[in-house]
Parts: sequence; C-alpha cells; structure tokens
Amino acid sequence: MALLDLSDVTVSIGVLTPLDRIAFSIEAGEIVGVVGESGSGKSLTAMAVMGLLPLIGGRITSGAVRFADVELNRLPERDYRALRGRRIALISQNPMTSLDPIRRVGEQIDQVSMMHLGLGAERARLRSVDMMRQLRIPEADVVHGNYPHQLSGGMKQRIVIAMALAADPELIVADEPTTALDVTIQAQIIQIMVEMARRKNVALMLITHDMGVVAQACDRVVVLYAGRVAETGSVERIFAAPRHPYTKSLIGCIPVEGLPPGGLKGIDGVVPGVANYPTGCRFHPRCSLAQDRCKIEAPLLRALEEGAAACHLAGDPP
Amino acid sequence: MALFLIRRLLLLIPVFLAVSLVIFMIIRFVPGDPIDNLLQIGSTEEQKTAMIAAYGLDRALPVQYAIWLGKMLQGDLGEAIILRQPVSTLIAQNLPHSLILGSLALAFSTLVGIATGALAASFKDGWLDRLVMTLILLGSTLPSFWLGLLMILLFAVQLGWFPVSGARSWSALVLPVLTIGIGGVALVARVTRAAMIEIARKDFVTMLHAKGVPPLQIQLGHVLRHALLPVVTILSLRIGWVLGGAVTIEYVFARPGLGSLLITSLNQRDYPVVQGCLLMLAIAVILGTLIGDIVQAAMDPRLRETLR
Amino acid sequence: MTIPSSALGRLLRTPRGLGAAIVLAIIVLAAILAPVIAPYDYAAQNLRNANMDPGALHWLGTDEFGRDLFSRIIYGARTSLAVGVTSISISMVCGMALGAAAGYFGGAFDRVVTMVVDLSWSFPEILLALILIAILGPGLASTMIAISIAYLAQFTRLTRAQVMALKSETYVEATISLGAGSGHVLFRHLLPNAVTPVIVAGMLATGDAIILEATLGFFGLGAQPPTPSWGAMMSSGTAQIFIAPWIIIFPGLAIAITVIAINLFGDALIDALDIRQRLREG
Repeated sequence: MALLDLSDVTVSIGVLTPLDRIAFSIEAGEIVGVVGESGSGKSLTAMAVMGLLPLIGGRITSGAVRFADVELNRLPERDYRALRGRRIALISQNPMTSLDPIRRVGEQIDQVSMMHLGLGAERARLRSVDMMRQLRIPEADVVHGNYPHQLSGGMKQRIVIAMALAADPELIVADEPTTALDVTIQAQIIQIMVEMARRKNVALMLITHDMGVVAQACDRVVVLYAGRVAETGSVERIFAAPRHPYTKSLIGCIPVEGLPPGGLKGIDGVVPGVANYPTGCRFHPRCSLAQDRCKIEAPLLRALEEGAAACHLAGDPP
Repeated sequence: MALFLIRRLLLLIPVFLAVSLVIFMIIRFVPGDPIDNLLQIGSTEEQKTAMIAAYGLDRALPVQYAIWLGKMLQGDLGEAIILRQPVSTLIAQNLPHSLILGSLALAFSTLVGIATGALAASFKDGWLDRLVMTLILLGSTLPSFWLGLLMILLFAVQLGWFPVSGARSWSALVLPVLTIGIGGVALVARVTRAAMIEIARKDFVTMLHAKGVPPLQIQLGHVLRHALLPVVTILSLRIGWVLGGAVTIEYVFARPGLGSLLITSLNQRDYPVVQGCLLMLAIAVILGTLIGDIVQAAMDPRLRETLR
Repeated sequence: MTIPSSALGRLLRTPRGLGAAIVLAIIVLAAILAPVIAPYDYAAQNLRNANMDPGALHWLGTDEFGRDLFSRIIYGARTSLAVGVTSISISMVCGMALGAAAGYFGGAFDRVVTMVVDLSWSFPEILLALILIAILGPGLASTMIAISIAYLAQFTRLTRAQVMALKSETYVEATISLGAGSGHVLFRHLLPNAVTPVIVAGMLATGDAIILEATLGFFGLGAQPPTPSWGAMMSSGTAQIFIAPWIIIFPGLAIAITVIAINLFGDALIDALDIRQRLREG
C-alpha cells in the first residue's frame, strides 16, 4: 500500500481547472521528484496534498488523495489539521517569506513539537536545537534565539526544514525548496534534505523544475505538463528511455560536462496559461512529433512496462 | 534598545525648539503691541516697565525667545490677563482632566477598534464586515462635536442616564470618552482590518496552516500581532487626533481641561494662557509620537535593528 | 483634462457614485440658488416665533431669535461650501508648488520642506488651525487661511511623492537626458501626471475642511454673526438643547449629508480612476 496516493485528482479554482486527473503515488521512505516548467501545476499539487487549497480559493472537484489509507479530501478539517505538520509537513518555496518575521526562529520550530507532540517548552527547545545541529546549523543554541532577518537565506531554509522535521513526519512535501536561494547553496540544501529523509526514512515529494536535481536525488519522477501528468517512472528508466517527448526535451535541458557550445537545448515556446489550454494533447503545439490525432484527442495516462506515460506515440519505443 | 531610546530623545530637542518658537512668535504676529497683549487693560506704566524688564521686551527677538524659553522651562508661563492667575496654576488645574479624558478615549479606541477590526477581517465580506465598514464610514465622517451633542440629547436629556456636562462624577466621563472614541475606533478598526487581510495572504501564514496551527490561533497569535504594527504606527502618528478630539469635546461637554481653557482664552484673547495651552498640547503630541515609536520598536525586532 | 470623461462615466454607472453625485448636485444648487429657494430672510428675527417646532410654517423650526432654520441652513451651505472649496483650493495650489519643487529639485530645500511637513503632520488639523486663529484672530477670512495652512502638509507630501515616482520613470529620464529644461519637464511631463491624485485628495479634504470650518464656527471662532454658518448655528443651539433640540440636529444633519456625499463621491472617483495605490504613496 502506497503512503500517498493521488487518483485522478482534479482541482478547480473558480471556473478554471488548473489540475486535471493527476495520478501518482509515493511509497514510504521514497523520494519522488515532481517536475515541470513553471505553470505546470506543481505547487498546486503540493497545496492539494496539504489540504490548503481553500486558502487560495481552490478545491478538489473529483478524484481522491489517500494518505496511509485515509481519504484526505473527505477528512473533517479538524482531523486534517492534526495531520498537518505532524504526519505530512511542508517545506515552502521561499524561506525569506515563510518564517514569521517577528518571532524567534527557534520558537517557530518549538511550536510544532509543542503542539503536535505535547512537549513542554524546555524539551521542545532541546529537541529543536538537536534537530538544528543535525542540519549542520553552526551555534544552534544561539541561532535558536535569532530572528529571521538575522539569518542568511540558506540558514532560513534549514530552519524551515527543521520545522518540517520537528514532529517526525512520514511525508514531507518540498515545494521548490531551493529556487529562491543562491546557486552555490542550492546543492547543499538538497543534499541535506535527501540525507535527512534517508536517515529518518521520511518520504519526500520533491517539487522542482531542475532535472539535474531529480537525477541526483530521487528514486522516481512524476513529470507534469499544463496541469496533467505527462509521464511517471523510475529515475533510471526515465533518463535512459523517456517515453514522452516533453520528458525528453526536459532531459535535453540539463547542462552536461563536455557539451559543445550551443549544444544545450531549450524547449521552444512556453507552457500555455490555464485559461487557454489547447485541445487534444496539451503539449502538441510545442511537440516536434505531433500528428493530427494529437491535436484532437487527449492521450490517457497508460501503464508502460515501467511507469506510465500520456502520449499517443508512447507505445512505440523511441 | 537603550541606544535607540537616547537617539530618539535627542531627536525631540530640535522638534521641541521649532514648536516652541512658533508658539513664542504668536504674540509677535498678533496686531498691536505685544506688551498690551500680555498685560491687563489699564495697567500702570510701572507694570509695563516691569514686564519689559522681566521678558527683555526691549532686546532683540532671539534674546527675548531665550528669556521666554528659560522661564518656561522653569515652569513660569506668565500671568493670565483675564483670570489673573499664574498660567502654570491654571494648567495644573486643567491638565489632569484632559489627561484622564485623553487616555481613556485612547484606550477605548485602541481596544474596541482592534477588536472590531479583527472581527470584520475574520468574517471578511460577511454581513458583520459590511456593518462594521458602514459604521466606520459614519464614525470617521460625522463631525465629533455633533456626535457629542447628539449623545447629550439622547443619553443625558432624553434618557437622563448621564450628566449633561461638567466633571463632577465619573459618569460624566462616559459620554465624552465615547464621543472621542468613536472616531478613534473607526480609524483603528479600519487599519486593523486592512492589515489583517493583507497579512493573511503572506507566505508565512500559509506555512502556519501547513504546520497545523488552528486558524483561530493563527488569526490572533500571528496575524493580529502583525496587524498591530501598522495600528501602532497610525496611533502614534495620529495620537494628536485624540487630543484634537479632546479639545473639541471638552468644550462641547463644558468640561474643565486644556481644550476648554484654550478655546475660552482664544475667545477672550488671553494670550499668555493660549500660549501655555498650545505649548502643553504640543508637548503632549510630541510625547505621544515618542511613546508610539518606542512601543513599535518593542514589538518589531526588525525596526530595533535598523534604528540602532 | 486631468479627470478623463470615461472615468466620470464609470463613476456614474455605480449606484454609490451616482447617488453621491446627485446629492452633491442638489446641495450645490441649493447653495447657489439660496435667495430663490429660501422661504424667509435668513437674518429676519421674530422673537414671538422663537424656538418653534418644525411644521408647515417653518419646515425645520426656528431658532432662539425666531429665525427660519431651513433658510439659515441653505444660506449656511453657501458659507460651508465657499470656505471648504476656497481654502482647499488655496492649499492645493500652494502644496503642489511646494511639493513639486521639493520633489523635483531635491537637496537642502527638499529636506527643509520634508522636515516641516513631517512635523506638522503629527499635529491634528484642529490644533494647527487653532494656533493660526490665535495669530489671525477669529473670523471667516482667518478661518479660510487657517484651514488652507492646516492642510498644506498633506498636499505637499502627496505631490512630492508623485513627482519623485514619476521622475524616475524611463520616459521622463529620457526627456531630461535629451536636454529638456526643468520648466519643460516639470510642466509638460510631471505635473500633468501628478495632478489627478492631488485633485482627488483635495476633493476628499474638502469634506474634512467643511467639518473643520463647522468646528471653528461652533467654538465661535469662525464666521461671525449674522453670517449663517452650520457650526455657529449649533453653538447657539446648545443653550436651547432642552426645549429646541432641532436647532442642533438639522445643521448637523446638513454637515453629515454633505460630508458623506463628498466622501462617497471621492471614493468612487478613486475607484473609477484606479489610483488608490498612488494615493497611498503620499
């Protein structure tokens, strides 16, 4: 039984339907990369899993989000709240704005273990400082009493990670955790996160637009395009034999050592906005292999020998 | 924090000098001889000479200002022309009334304003929110002296619950405090509501929801706490409003106080008293702003840092 | 044209904007046509009819001298509107000149202006006005001057912020770098664009100015008898509060309706012009 299972989750915000029948699952302790360009629906998927869609005026209109056999989208808000931060935690995109600027960072970590594990203030503090040390924060007991504006971006993101780990969750949803950071620190943060996830056997849903990160860190990949799943599969298989043309082009975007000048390929065009998705396969305007059928008929997500792909041409091995 | 306090206090000196200079100049701008404006009608030549000597009125203006400032700092604000008492005595009699009225009105507007604003923000776009917004519009546009008169008409004349005027009992404070407070409540509620709605959209609030913090605790412990920062800013900037309201309302309710004293003296052209009252009110405004800044710095760690 | 007619059209299509515009139009017309509309001479005393209830003869009753309240309120509208509009206009013109100069030229002049503006900003308008009345003495003319000066800081501040923001826009920087003179840049590019928010703020301030005028009148420091003024009418009414409360109620109602109409109209104008953000910059 998968730890997290999304089956045909459709999300609406007002009249728009930015997520269409999203389906994938995550096993306990597994690290799954959710990739796609901006606008593909990655962050919305995170919000759907966290049950925070109402904050942005959205809701799940059909399908189900199951976590350890509990159907989350039917859970009363009270019970859902008890899960958040306790069994499912979030690491957000921008550490600069994710911490309350007028509270000491330590208190913000303590808050989680005090609330969910019923710890007293002093024990919560010790626990937080210990967690901060594990995340290699220097002088953790001093930093515990600092305010967010006194810390660097990388340190703040470590605080956010400590906050996510504070109540020993089973699943962490990390929404582009390094996008807002300096390039030099990005690798460090990813490494620390993966290391902690492995050591504590926490499942990680790692949202990113960087296939390089996926190659280094993940077990499996979910590729999203324009609010739909394009392809899922193990990292090995996806990189060795991508079946969806979009996955192929994403892999083509990774800079590789020894690449000749001008050898790095981008993808022509942009992800269409949610208000004007094309008919048929949503990738067809940018796809070099597109046929007439792709313009009319939306491909279903079909199981492959390993993983699944939503492409009319995916049956034929490339 | 100590350094911040000292710097902030030093900044007050030029402000105080500028304000006192304006008030000092009043008597020089008024048509006629300043000496006649400072003395009772029918004063003898000796009294005039004594006045000239005491205030150095035959010397250059900067010297006169220095003498005046020196006397004022020692608590000598001159002699009231009509009331024939030292101005400092008059102020000492009236100041406590104004202080009580002003601080009660401030406390009322802050507490009720924050509570109303927070309620409106929590039920944004609901009927309660709309009601509050309408009351805010009315409260901030109706002239306060008219509100005061209507209160007197309804609660004192018709219902007889409170005294019409005066300051003999505590119950005489209720209507004046309410009247000044309504404008303040409207202001504070509007700022609280707007700030809470804006802050609720911030990333860190989403993060709090993701941590599983109950909504009520997020709203009161985090969002409201942040919303208080702009509220304190507005209050410290506009603490003068409360004082201005107090001046008007004291007169409406015929209560003793600096405002009544000021307006009566203005009508009687009793310039030493006018100067004394204006000076005290100006000091109150300056101190109010200072207190606001200190409270703000105590609440916001980022501010303490930048001002250090 | 500083307020495009399309914005006015949008404004009049909202119920709030249209309602406020109609009420304002009625008040302004009543003030202008006062001699035609008023059933009685506003100054005619008739002690036998003192403190009469509102009724068929005197729609809104009479005051303690037997003067017709309705006629006095209509004439009072003249005083209030004249004082409000005149003093805010003076304040606006001076504030725009000061603010534009401070924002455009910067330097020591800007620092002095900013300091004075910040200082007076923390003082309530009523206190500033009282200081000025202390110097100028009571009366209608000094009321106008006092109100103009009391609101000067607001317009200076707003204009300065607008000019500073516009100055850094690319097209203005380009014009300056092409060698355009200060006068050209200031009058052709900066002021025309800065003027709209200032006019709207002026509209809203007119409501406050009317209240301030009434307050000063109520203190006996504004318009002197027999000039009818809403504030002074209420002041004399306080003595009759037990026997003739209408003397207080109706002039206050006139102020309230006028000011609320002005505020709603101004607010709708802000929405129609979509300049709420720019007003906040001041």
